[in-house]
Amino acid sequence: MSKLSSSINPASDEFKANDAAMSAIIEDLRLVTAKARLGGEEDARKRHQDRGKMLVRDRIDSLLDPGSPFLELSPLAAYQVYEERVSAAGVVTGVGRIEGRECVVIANDATVKGGTYFPLTVKKHLRAQEIARVNNLPCLYLVDSGGANLPNQDEVFPDREHFGRIFFNQANMSAAGIPQIAAVMGSCTAGGAYVPAMSDESIIVKGQGTIFLGGPPLVKAATGEVVSAEELGGADVHTRLSGVADYLADSDGHALAIVRRLVRNLNTKPSENVVITDPQEPDYDPAELNGVIPADARRPFDVREVINRLVDASEFDEFKALYGTTLICGFARLHGIPVGIIANNGVLFSESALKGAHFIELCCQRRIPLVFLQNITGFMVGQKYEAGGIAKDGAKLVTAVACARVPKLTVIIGGSFGAGNYGMCGRAYDPRFLFMWPNARISVMGGEQAASVLANVRRDRMEENGDVWPVEEEEDFKKPIRAKYEAEGHPYYATARLWDDGIIEPAETRRVLTLSLAAAFNRPIEKTSFGVFRM
Amino acid sequence: MFKKVLIANRGEIACRVARTCGRMGISTVAVYSSADRHALHKEMAEEAYWIGAAPSSESYLNKESVLAVARACGADAVHPGFGFLSENAEFAAACNEQGVKFIGPPTHVIKRLGSKLEAKEFVSNAGISVLPGSVKHNESNTSLAAIAVEIGFPVIVKPSAGGGGRGMRIVRKTRELKDVLNGARREALSSFGDDSLLIEKFIANARHIEVQIFADNHGNAVHLFERDCSIQRRYQKVIEEAPAPGLTEDLRHTLFEAALKIAKIIGYTGAGTVEFLVEPNNTFWFIEINPRLQVEHPITEQITGLDLVEWQLRVAAGQKLPLSQSEIPCNGHSIEARLYAEDPAKELVPSPGRIDYLKLPVSSPNIRVEAGIRTGDFVTTYYDPMVAKIIATAKSRKDAITILSEALGQVRVAGPQTNERFLKKIIDHPKYRSGTHNTDFIPRHLKKLQQSVDPIPNNLHALVAIAEFSRPPKTQSVSPWEAIDGWRLNSRQYRQIIFHSGDKKLSFEYVSGGLVHEEKFIQGSGAWRSEHTFLGSIQGKDVSVTIIKNRDVITAFVGNKRYILEVYNPLKYDTDVGAGVGSTFASMPGVVVAVHVERGAHVEAGKPLLVIEAMKVEHTIRAPFDGFVSEVCFEIGDLVNEGDQVIRLDSDTEV
Repeated sequence: MSKLSSSINPASDEFKANDAAMSAIIEDLRLVTAKARLGGEEDARKRHQDRGKMLVRDRIDSLLDPGSPFLELSPLAAYQVYEERVSAAGVVTGVGRIEGRECVVIANDATVKGGTYFPLTVKKHLRAQEIARVNNLPCLYLVDSGGANLPNQDEVFPDREHFGRIFFNQANMSAAGIPQIAAVMGSCTAGGAYVPAMSDESIIVKGQGTIFLGGPPLVKAATGEVVSAEELGGADVHTRLSGVADYLADSDGHALAIVRRLVRNLNTKPSENVVITDPQEPDYDPAELNGVIPADARRPFDVREVINRLVDASEFDEFKALYGTTLICGFARLHGIPVGIIANNGVLFSESALKGAHFIELCCQRRIPLVFLQNITGFMVGQKYEAGGIAKDGAKLVTAVACARVPKLTVIIGGSFGAGNYGMCGRAYDPRFLFMWPNARISVMGGEQAASVLANVRRDRMEENGDVWPVEEEEDFKKPIRAKYEAEGHPYYATARLWDDGIIEPAETRRVLTLSLAAAFNRPIEKTSFGVFRM
Repeated sequence: MFKKVLIANRGEIACRVARTCGRMGISTVAVYSSADRHALHKEMAEEAYWIGAAPSSESYLNKESVLAVARACGADAVHPGFGFLSENAEFAAACNEQGVKFIGPPTHVIKRLGSKLEAKEFVSNAGISVLPGSVKHNESNTSLAAIAVEIGFPVIVKPSAGGGGRGMRIVRKTRELKDVLNGARREALSSFGDDSLLIEKFIANARHIEVQIFADNHGNAVHLFERDCSIQRRYQKVIEEAPAPGLTEDLRHTLFEAALKIAKIIGYTGAGTVEFLVEPNNTFWFIEINPRLQVEHPITEQITGLDLVEWQLRVAAGQKLPLSQSEIPCNGHSIEARLYAEDPAKELVPSPGRIDYLKLPVSSPNIRVEAGIRTGDFVTTYYDPMVAKIIATAKSRKDAITILSEALGQVRVAGPQTNERFLKKIIDHPKYRSGTHNTDFIPRHLKKLQQSVDPIPNNLHALVAIAEFSRPPKTQSVSPWEAIDGWRLNSRQYRQIIFHSGDKKLSFEYVSGGLVHEEKFIQGSGAWRSEHTFLGSIQGKDVSVTIIKNRDVITAFVGNKRYILEVYNPLKYDTDVGAGVGSTFASMPGVVVAVHVERGAHVEAGKPLLVIEAMKVEHTIRAPFDGFVSEVCFEIGDLVNEGDQVIRLDSDTEV
């Protein structure tokens, strides 16, 4: 056993300055999140409640086991993406506990544009289904949506990862034995009608829920038939005549009570737990992370100062501590759960990549989940390194990451640039969950580098033509590039587009990781077989 | 002596009989109904047998079933307790015929006493005054009315059979008589299987004094002094004491002699009670003889130091009375209070339900507790809603009252409403303390005794909220999903408790160091000291509170006061929702005993629609508005649950 020590002095000016900077960022995050949590505009919320309906978050809070945590996914989805405000992309998703069973909840917010599906609503819905599928979590749909957002139909309807995929997923998850339960608490129109219809069991709320392929206006246009929404697809029609819904609820509360009963009756095993020992808090306070991370993103920090504030008793058995020192690998426990941690401590060299690939092989052999702490500017560049085969060694790491079948969790704690993102299990490498710290940045390369690369290309071309490029003009050229990279590399920009599953506060990382890990254990860990490692 | 006794009863008396049998080395057999399959009395006996469904008529009144068990298990005697089959001559005869000794008087005596008229005639012939009234059975309503006019109002209507105050009503005016007679007949029929009624002169301001007698088969008869049972509600005793306060020695001995004389001429054996009404001028009237043990027998045991059940067993086994009259002591004073599951705020209607928590006073030389119910048991609508009897004994009446008052203050019941504070108010009342009360005491002081529900004190909601938030996790599992701190991503924890408070909702949110209520911070903390006790501090003030939570209802005891807090549960759904205006629902579970309307009938607001009997009390459901009956959902004899719709009423459309 090796305890990590800390060389951080929480009384130092530097710590205090860092802490102040991070606190300001977190303050903003909380503010932005709080606004998004409200959902639609005040009048829309009031109208919703006046109809006797519960607000979407009240529905979820009431549905969950009392006092249990809720791991909300991408609460800032669609943030500042569309011209209109589409809070949380109009759908609240997350992992929560119902009757002692971890489930994925997907709940439309009808106060946000009638709960219609914008392109990012679809993406968020599909991501939640993906989390359910890979972690073997029952899906609970609280439906209250007008269906596809018609002005955006071209980005919602036809493609592989569009609306149709929702039902494809429902059918295939059901086939895989992952329960699909829908409660229709509002409209459920057109394509949306398939959500309850494709579910294993469905509930509809009397006087509130409606299910139809074509609503009254469409019916009138198509056939001239004049019919009310209730007569066309109300609770009575669907529970008594059509059989589209199975259970009749008197109210939102009643519907949620029925959902809980249905989960209770699933007869599925709760979490498939690995060997979990007594959880222990870290020796160092996770809240200190705010002061550990330098306010200036360009300043390096020892990632062990992060690890010792995340893992049980700050115990970390480091693997190959003296070799490939820019990638820290080692075994630890998170809330008693064994994990292999892979964390950046500088640029990746061949040795670091080889060490990482080796460590991933170890963890896969032993079925130990992997946690990636990403703070990476990329692989080392230069003639010496290319000749030394860094591309080949990097490929080994990427192969290992890509093929590993143990649960993988990624947290971007600093920069996430270039191929480093791939080697450290970026979004494309199917981590079960991927979170970002609010100070992090993500882009193909840093803004400064991008500006310099583009400026160099341009200057080369100008110099070829015999032109001279004044320094001030070059600076004017670089500025917007830096600004663009800064804006697009910002966590808000990333999370709004579902490049991650949410921005998390450093001090909450331990909690988020343990909840994610415990959720991931609902699916038994498979055996890994790796692809060909280029030697 | 008997080897094995079957106890044909339930609740505390079954437990009580089993205890004496156990002490005497007699094996015991319990019988139980479906409703009592987890009851205490079943566990107190060495053997236990199921005798039928929950309704008494199917089980504890089911003679064949009880007797079959007695024969099958080889019991050589049956102790009937009180109520149920204790005064059933046919059952007694059948037992004796089949070689199972019925513990009680001879069959013919039970039969004679079972008819109040016959008993009255017998007693009257012996020269003891009886109340004027009916002399024949099975009188029609018309002739009963004629008798009432003849003897003069007020009169009292009683079922010919049975006892325990069931079906008894006072009538003060002629025009009330018809309705009362019909209701009394129904209740008599359901309680005793016989709808014949009697009418008697009603004596106001009288005391109820009864004499405990005992006789053996060897010609010996003794009295065990008297009891005063004047504190009654609905003709049922709630507080009894022995000896009776303020009786002259002359009157006492006159009553003893009268009682023994009656016993002799009737040929009584075993335990019995002769009941009298005593007017302020010491005129006394014979009421009836109860040929069985009385509910209130413990107070006699307390002042005499005797075990009446033991005496019953000895006499039934043919032995002589253990003591002669002069050997029977009479020491001190004893008072019994009957703890009932009934609602003192709602005219003492029965309050059935699960007993979520029951803490009774600790037994001591001064306190005796007889209970047949434990935490987790149900008070059902099928049987008497008695929870326990608390008996205080001391040298003087004054001391006994003090001890009983304290003991009642220690009672804690969560679940149904109970009457301990009502009882305490009675015995703390100066009129009762002076010993000058009579049977009119409860009706006269009812308002004051009832009192309204205590307003919930400031900060109790906050205290309970803190307690609920401080509950330790239920499981020891290490999964981080077991956390109960309501963790949420990038925002405040979601730990909220909302109480109903009248029409309002009071919301408390958990924050570090306390609560947020109406956007204000309330400092609060505390810890659970035991399963139900929470020691909390709200705004710097320490309070100990006993909390019992059952689903959405929290019962909180602070000091000796009980408060009920209702937690808002958004998932609680109301089965009434959507049922439409004009639906009429049963306010409590029970059996439909009368249906006054048919489908399609037009009714005016206030018209009785249907009558439900619950715990032997009738509840009439009346039309809430003028309208047409669109559906009658139950028939006579159907069992309804609380909240069931019994009648559908349309206000404007004719069916």
